[in-house]
Formats: sequence, C-alpha cells, structure tokens
Amino acid sequence: MQIPLSWLREYVDIDLPAHELAHRLTMAGVEVGEVTELGGWENCCVGQVMEVNPHPNADSLRLCRVNPGDDSEMEVVCGAPNVAAGQKICFARVGARLYNTHSERHETLKAARIRGVVSEGMICSELELGLGDGHEGIVVLSDDAPIGMALDDYLGDTILDLEVTPNRLDCFSVLGVAHEIGALTGKPVWVPEVRYQEDGPPITGQATVSVADPDLCPRYTASLIQGLKIGPSPQWLQDRLARAGLRPISNVVDVTNYVMLEFNQPLHAFDLDKVRDKTIIVRRAAAGEALETLDGVERELNTEVLVIADSRDPVGLGGVIGGANSEIGPSTTSVLLESATFNSYNNRRTADTFRLHTDASQRFEKGLRPELAPIALRRATQLIQEVAGGVIAQGIYDIYAGSDEPAPRVTLTLRRLKQILGMDVSVDQVEAVFQSLEFDTERLDETTVSVAPPYWRSDINIEEDLIEEVVRIIGYDNVPTTMLSTPIPYRQPAPMTELKARVRAALASVGLQETISYPLVSLEDLERVNCFAERSAPLRVANPMSAGHDHLRPTLLASLLGTLSYNEGHNEGPFRFFEQARVFLPRPNQLPDEREVAAGVISGLRSEPSWLVDNGPLDFFDVKGMLTSALALLGLTPSWEPAPGEENPALHPGRAANLVCSGHKIGVLGELHPSIAERFDLRYRPVTVFEIYLDDLLTLPVGSGRNFRSLTRFPSAHRDVALVVPEDVPAGKVQDILDRHRLVEKVELFDVYAGENLQPGMKSLAFHVYFQSSERTLTADEVNRTLDGLLRVLQREVGATLRD
Amino acid sequence: MTQSTVQSIEELTQTALRELALLDNSDALEQWRVRYLGRRGDLTSILRGLSQLDIEQRREVGALGNRAKSTLEEELEKRGQEISQARLAQVADLERIDVTLPGRPVATGRLHPTTQVVREITDAFVAMGFSIVEGPEVEWDHYNFEMLNIPQGHPARDMWNTLWVDYVNEEGQRPMLLRTHTSPMQARVMESAQPPVRVIVPGKCYRYEATDATHEWHFYQVEGLAVDEGITFADLKGTLFEFARRLFGSERKVRFRCDYFPFVEPGVDMSIDCFSCQGSDSSCRICRGSGWIEIMGAGMVHPQVLAGVGYDTEKYTGFAFGLGPERIAMLKYGIDDIRHFYSNDLRFLRQF
Ligand SMILES: [Zn+2]
Repeated sequence: MQIPLSWLREYVDIDLPAHELAHRLTMAGVEVGEVTELGGWENCCVGQVMEVNPHPNADSLRLCRVNPGDDSEMEVVCGAPNVAAGQKICFARVGARLYNTHSERHETLKAARIRGVVSEGMICSELELGLGDGHEGIVVLSDDAPIGMALDDYLGDTILDLEVTPNRLDCFSVLGVAHEIGALTGKPVWVPEVRYQEDGPPITGQATVSVADPDLCPRYTASLIQGLKIGPSPQWLQDRLARAGLRPISNVVDVTNYVMLEFNQPLHAFDLDKVRDKTIIVRRAAAGEALETLDGVERELNTEVLVIADSRDPVGLGGVIGGANSEIGPSTTSVLLESATFNSYNNRRTADTFRLHTDASQRFEKGLRPELAPIALRRATQLIQEVAGGVIAQGIYDIYAGSDEPAPRVTLTLRRLKQILGMDVSVDQVEAVFQSLEFDTERLDETTVSVAPPYWRSDINIEEDLIEEVVRIIGYDNVPTTMLSTPIPYRQPAPMTELKARVRAALASVGLQETISYPLVSLEDLERVNCFAERSAPLRVANPMSAGHDHLRPTLLASLLGTLSYNEGHNEGPFRFFEQARVFLPRPNQLPDEREVAAGVISGLRSEPSWLVDNGPLDFFDVKGMLTSALALLGLTPSWEPAPGEENPALHPGRAANLVCSGHKIGVLGELHPSIAERFDLRYRPVTVFEIYLDDLLTLPVGSGRNFRSLTRFPSAHRDVALVVPEDVPAGKVQDILDRHRLVEKVELFDVYAGENLQPGMKSLAFHVYFQSSERTLTADEVNRTLDGLLRVLQREVGATLRD
Repeated sequence: MTQSTVQSIEELTQTALRELALLDNSDALEQWRVRYLGRRGDLTSILRGLSQLDIEQRREVGALGNRAKSTLEEELEKRGQEISQARLAQVADLERIDVTLPGRPVATGRLHPTTQVVREITDAFVAMGFSIVEGPEVEWDHYNFEMLNIPQGHPARDMWNTLWVDYVNEEGQRPMLLRTHTSPMQARVMESAQPPVRVIVPGKCYRYEATDATHEWHFYQVEGLAVDEGITFADLKGTLFEFARRLFGSERKVRFRCDYFPFVEPGVDMSIDCFSCQGSDSSCRICRGSGWIEIMGAGMVHPQVLAGVGYDTEKYTGFAFGLGPERIAMLKYGIDDIRHFYSNDLRFLRQF
C-alpha cells in the first residue's frame, strides 16, 4: 500500500520527520517497509509554455519559449508530442540533475545545441524526474500551478510503502492511516465534508435497485449522476492516483478509485444506458450464466457467485470486478454509482474461483463495515460531479438488511487487562487511548470501560483486541519484563528427539558430514534408486512448486545420491554424508506414517590426498567399521546378516547386510547397485550406502544398551588359530562360535586367505583368540583344553580344520 | 711376581682409560666394558691369577685390583653420561623432521548448521523449563489452521501459502497439507494435557513460496507455548529477552512492536539491537541501518485457541512464539543466502 504524505496531510497535521513517523507507525503495528522521497530537483521550477514553433531543422522537434517565472523567456527544444502553448510544465534549467534517458544515468543538464538551435533548459517527462515510467510526453501541471515555484515545493512528496497485516483493513486507506497517525501523535483528523445539490429528479423514477440475496450483500447503496461528460481527470487527481500506485483512466473511474483509496470503500460505476430496463438486481448467478468481465475474459458463473444483474443478464461480479457490457465509455452520460457491502467469505471464494484478487475483493474479503457504504457513496457522488459535471438525482438507494442499531460494544475490565499484560493501567489512561483512536468510549465504573469502534475499524471484536489497542498505543516498553514464575511442569519424555540427537552425534563422530535435503522429490528420482511407485505410491503434492519436488519421499537414498553427485562436480572427496530425516509412508485416509531414518552414502578415496597415506577407495568394510563404532556409541552391537537381494533393490545383491539387534532388523548396509551408480553418473566406485531405522531402534527391548562389566584383574592368554573352512562359511559364523565361549574374552580376525596351498573351495581364517577369566589366572593347560574343545565344535558345526 | 702384577694392573688401567676416552657410542662402551670388566675381561683374569700369591701379597694386590676396577667402572659411567649428553646435544640435528609437512588426515564429521542452531535454541528454552515435543510434518488443515483461529476463508490464510497433499476426502475436501509452521502442535499438546504447559516445538515447515536469498519453501521453525494460571505479557517479554541474551550475548537489548498473527492477541514482533553495529552504521548489512533486527513473532495465546481445546479462558492465559533457525544462523554466521542451507554443498557445510 503506497501512501503519499502529501495526501495524508489533507486530513491530519504531520510535524514529524517522515522517518520518525514511519517508525511510530511500524511500532504500532502498521509496518512501513520503505520511505521513498520524491524530489531533490535542484534548478527545476514550475514554468509556462508561452509559444510553440516548429524547429527549423527537424520535423519531430519543436522550439518552445518558456517562462520560468522571472519573465525571462528561455528557448527550449522539446520533442514531446503533447507540448502546447499555455501549459504549466516542469522546467529544468541548465545545472539541474536529471535522469538522462539516453545514457540511463543521472546527469547534470548542460546547455546543448540541438540540430543547430541552442536549448537553454528542458521540459521534463515523468521518467526524467523520477516520478514514473512515462517518457512519451512531458508532465503537464494544473493550470493553477504557480509559475516560478521550485518544483520541490510544488511536486515534492514522500511515499510511505505500508506492509499492512490482514487485520488492519483500515490502513489500506489514506484516511485510515490518518486516523492512526492522529491517535499516535495526538493531532486531530479532518474527514472531508460532503455537500452537494441533488438537482435531478428522484432516483427511484430513473432506476430500479433491489437485492435478492441479502445474505451475500447486506447493504447496497446507489446514486445517479446524469448528463456528465467523460474525459481525463484533472491533474491533481491523476497525480494522487499515480503516487498511490494506480493508473489514471478517466474522470468517473478515477473518482471511484480515489474514494476507495481515501475511505477504503470500493465503488463501481455503471453506464446506466447499458443497463437493461435501468434495473439493478443483486442476486446469485443462475446456472449456465456467463459474464465477460472488464479484463476481457468470458467467465462461466456458478450459483454461489453473487452478481449484479440488470433485468436479464449479469453486469458485474459483486465486489470483485465489473462487466464489460456496462462499462463506462467515452460516450457515457448517465452513471449509476454503486457502494455496497458484500459477504466477505463469499467474496473471497469468488475471487479465488476466478483467480481475480482485485483491489475491491481484497478489501471486501476482509470484512468492510456496512456503515461505510453510504459515506463513501456521497463522497464519490460529489467528486464525480466536480470532475465530470452532470446533475445528481434526488436521493439515493440504500438497501440495508441490517438495522441501524449501534455497532456492538466491547467491554474492557482493568482486571483482565492486568491478567493479560501483567501490569496496572489506570482507567483514565485506558479511556485516553480509546478517545485518541476515536472509539466511542463510556466508563461503566472505575474499572470498566465500554467502547464502540468507529466505522473504519473492523478488527475489534473481543476484550483482548482492546488490550492490544491499549498496549500498542502506550508502548510495549512500558510493560515490565519478568521471568516466568509459575511452576515448571513435569518434563514430557521425548525419547525419539533424544535418540535422533544421539544418532546424529554418533554418525558425525565417525567422520560423516550431516546434510539436510528437500523432503519432496520427483518420481523419476525415486525410480532411479529402484524405489518403484507401483510398490507403494508416495504421497503427491497437489500444487507442487516444481516438477522436481512433487512427492513426499519414502526413502532418503535418492536425495543423498543427488547430494553426492552434486558435490562430485566441484570436490575431490572423500564423500561421507549422512542425513537424518523422516520418510513418509502413505496410509489410507490417515496422515502418512512418518518414520525417522538415518541414512548415509560414502564414496571416494579413504582419505584426502596425503603424502603419508597409502590411499584406497572407501568400501563396504570402511563403512561397516564406521557403523560398528557409531552403534557402539549408542550401546549397540548388531549382528550382520547377508541381506537377500530382492529385499533391497537399491543394493548390490552380493554385497548387502542387514543389521540385526535382538532379533530386530534395525538397518541395512550395502554397496550401491552398480546400475544405480551408472544412472547417477557417479565418478567414484564403489558407493556404499546404509540406512538405520530409528523407530525400530526405539522398540528394542530395554537393557540392550550399555551395561557395565567389571574390569578383571587376572591376565589374559592368547592363541593364534588359523582355520581352514569351506569358502561359503561366513567368517561371522566362525567368529560367533569362538565368541560365545565363556572363557573367550575377545576374538580378532587378522587374516583371510584363499588360493595356493589350500584345496580349491576352501579358505583360511586366522584369529587372535584371547582367553580370560574374571575369577582366576588361567593355566596354560586350561587354555589349551578350552581351545581344543572349541576346535571340535568348529569341526562339527562348520567343518573347520586347523591349518598346518 | 707381585711387582709385575702390580705393574700390569697399572698399565692395563692406563690403557683402558686411554681407550675409553676415544669411545663415542654406547655399543663401543659395551665392548670396552666386556673387554676390561667382563667376567672374562682382562682385569678379571689378572685378579684371578692372584691365587698363586701368598695371603699378604694377595690382599695388597687384590686391593689394588679392586681400586682399578672401581676406577674403570666410574670412568665408564662418566663416559657413558658424556656420550649420551653429547648425543642429546645433537639430537635436534640428527632427528629433525619438517614440521610444516601436513598431518595425517583424520576423518571428521560435522552437524548441519541448522541442526546446531536448533539445538542452541532448544537448549536455551529447555533451561527455562520447556519440554521438547515434535509433531507430524504432514498435517490436517484442522490443526494447521482451524484450531489456530484461522478458519476456512479467513483472509489471514494468505499469510501462509500452503502446499496441499493430493488427497480428497469423502466430503470432497482437500484437508491434508504440509505444515506451514510448527504451531499445529499448540492444539495437539493442549488437547492431550491440562495446564501447566511449557513446550518448545522444533521441526521442518513448508510453504508454497518462490525461493530467493531470504525465502525457502522448506525451512525450520521453533515454536514455543506456555500456558498456566497467571502467565502474562510481561512474562513473555522476560522469556524472550532471556533467550536473546543466551543466543546473542548478555548485553543485548530487545524491542517489541505490534504485529498480527491470528492465534495470538495481542501479537508482537521481537527485535534485538544490532550486535554488529549497535545502530551506529547506516549502511549495516545486518540491520539495514535501523539498529534493530527482527527475530521472532510472539503474543498472548488467543482465547479462541484456548477455548478450542477446552481450556477455561477466564482462568488460563499463555503466550506463544515462533522463530526461524535459519534466520538466526544467518545472523550469527553472516550467511547471506538462505539457499545455501539445503543445497548441501560441502564447501558450505564444512564451515560450521
Ligand atoms: Zn547493524
């Protein structure tokens, strides 16, 4: 919302500097986004064109004699088609700093010889003065512009750009802001006085107005001006509109816009001669009806749309936009002026349906007060007559479904005020606040005040609204600052929140970098990681921002591979990424199951290039090592079970393991399926990925976490054992058999071998086995007997023999 | 015989000491020791020959031999120390490494800056007695809007451009959405518990919004809610002031201005004084010259919201607030573009 200070000054005295005013408004809840100064036009003044002659050497240029106010006549070359003798114009003398439309910079104006004639100054366009984009013609000032006056004094202005919150509908209007300034500065506000002669015959004989659906149109008022003449608005009106950001169109339409900006009430002018039977009916559209709106679009209407119709057809969409069939044109002489109140909910729905969020609908949808309609109607009627002439019919139509009973009052008690704010405010202070805001204020007793908000405020409904009025006017700095003194409630357990934090910390501590990526992905992304929609269709967003982000991801893998691929573009690695986020699994007629997952993708060289390190690619066992350490930090020692390929279509079928804790699968680790690495065009192989399912971690039986074991004081004995087993026996199984003996403290696999000196189909596994008891020092004999026993078990269970 | 024995002990001692003086490493010292003092060493064999002498002579020569032995032992010890001191004096030259060579790389992982800042924010409020709760990212219109005093058709809905889930219920409505704020947990928490309530809700949010340097369609929010008998706007001021001090330094000043959110009344916006320029730089990039930085919206919980969950609005009051961790991180670390956060460029992530 752009509000020119010059316009505000019509209604309220402002003696604060613009920035101070902007600050006060902002603090009170009417945020001023920007303050723009118009002016700074040194060496420019109001001038008058005395004479226009052709340029001797150029058809498109004219020679003008301009009076800059000191009766010295200056010769000026001008190329604008609209220049004419007698005009008041913006004259720039040599030395003025103006926007040069050729160099596109601000430059100092010099005397210049143009096609052989010396120009002693310039007649300015909007663009050159920074007043607007217009450069087709020069700016023509009002006839009453005083010749010689510095242009800064005549045209200079300050524009406040307001960012109005939806509740403060009143501040969409100049008068509303003026009232606000009045309250903040204690200055009185003058509302324009409306007075005109109704010289025409009664309106009732000239036009018929009725409201068939008062639920959607609580109040409809109309006046009639006949015999007027359509033409351009006077300059002051055009300037006002332009500075407020609206384009001037013609005098009658400009007045409706002007009064909308002034009072907030949207108005509409119909060409009465185009209204069939001069009859206006406010009704719901009939099924199958259509209307071509002012923007030239033919619109199919439905029965929930409120239309303004003549005796047969719609002529406007009530409160949204007019119809082309009744539009004001150059030949219009009779104007039926509408000022109505429309149902805000219905109005918003109509605007949404047709995607027509107009200046009018944006006001109506927020709920304008019906008291405003006749006030604005009369103001506009007067202005139309002023700028377009004509005769005003006697009387107005005012069809009001509501009654004229006073607006509902809201009561404020000092007790409630203290309960909410935590401070005492005296009844006098409270009363003064509401009087400054021009609320109708009544003191019911020494602790209670009853108020009725003025017609321009539609945001005051409950006691708390009044409390806000009080605190925003007296200032938030006046409220004390205290710490909460109520008892601290029992803490709500948040096991998942805590687990997530621990998992993230554990993964970071083993060298993985946390990433966070968009939870919306495309179906193609999912298919690229073999996560096929037909298996479980992911949830789709109805109005996605882009095609690449339109499905709620059921896996983090696609995002992580995207992150990997993106970083490979400008980074040598190593790449060790993880993300902890939710995946979304749809459920019929319910919110989706949001499951917390931590997933990682690891590839590249094992370490950054170094003179010290013999570098190989990061592989499955690097990541298994990371996960083993990370899970140990969480108190978990999972078993690693070969994972069937069909369970994990994204993983290499021969290089994938399920992580199992107490019989629960808590995750999966594997090398990325070679075909997926191809699809992502990844630079480094292998790519290892993992997933850990946090919801499953949370359901693990209590006690599977950390448990202290006493530190034994007896020494351990160790034996190295090389075993020959069939190739398909997993090393983990052999290790488990060794591990589970009560005297075995620790088992380390230090060599795996197959090849020469071994039978085909066999491999050798070499272990350090540590024996220890918490009760005594083991004898060599005991250790040997234990080992012999273990070897017999290994022979029986996995066909292991000692390697010789 | 005695005479010659005495002489040979003395000569041996002289020879040994001369040799000792020339030795310069511990291996040579050991060889010297074996040669002269070892069990088969020269001195030992001389002394062993004493058995042929009579007692008187044996005692005399034996004493001489023992003196010589201890002399050699002392000198050996001394020489040993000299050699090791000489070596230590040279160790810098002998064992010097180029300390400017890079160290052996160690893999480090870091938490995402958003994770770190969310943690900082929630820690600050947890210390003031708030519990952390989280809610679903896919929400019903009911919790995201209706229960927050933003009914269907309310113009304030324009404040939250919404991403809707493509799901139509039996009534033909589209009631499922990606939450536009973490505020829906206000109603969910209050529905399930009676006052006192003091919770903080971190989480991801989504808006249908074009991205630029300060806007993302996917971002985090931390929402807070405190409801009990006797909670006032003054308490809100104190709580947020304390928060600002914890995150931005104890010398911070805060300022409140009127703002509008449909689920609070009165509603405010809190700013802190500019920690970069303290208001002294009219071209400050952080506060844009105003001296103040807006960091969060807040207010007293709207009675409609309390009534919606069945709380007695005459008895209970409360406050709510919401802030964006990315904005806090941008301010704290001087990040100029929010789009860095979720593009996961290692060059960005490694800075935190
Ligand atoms: Zn600053």
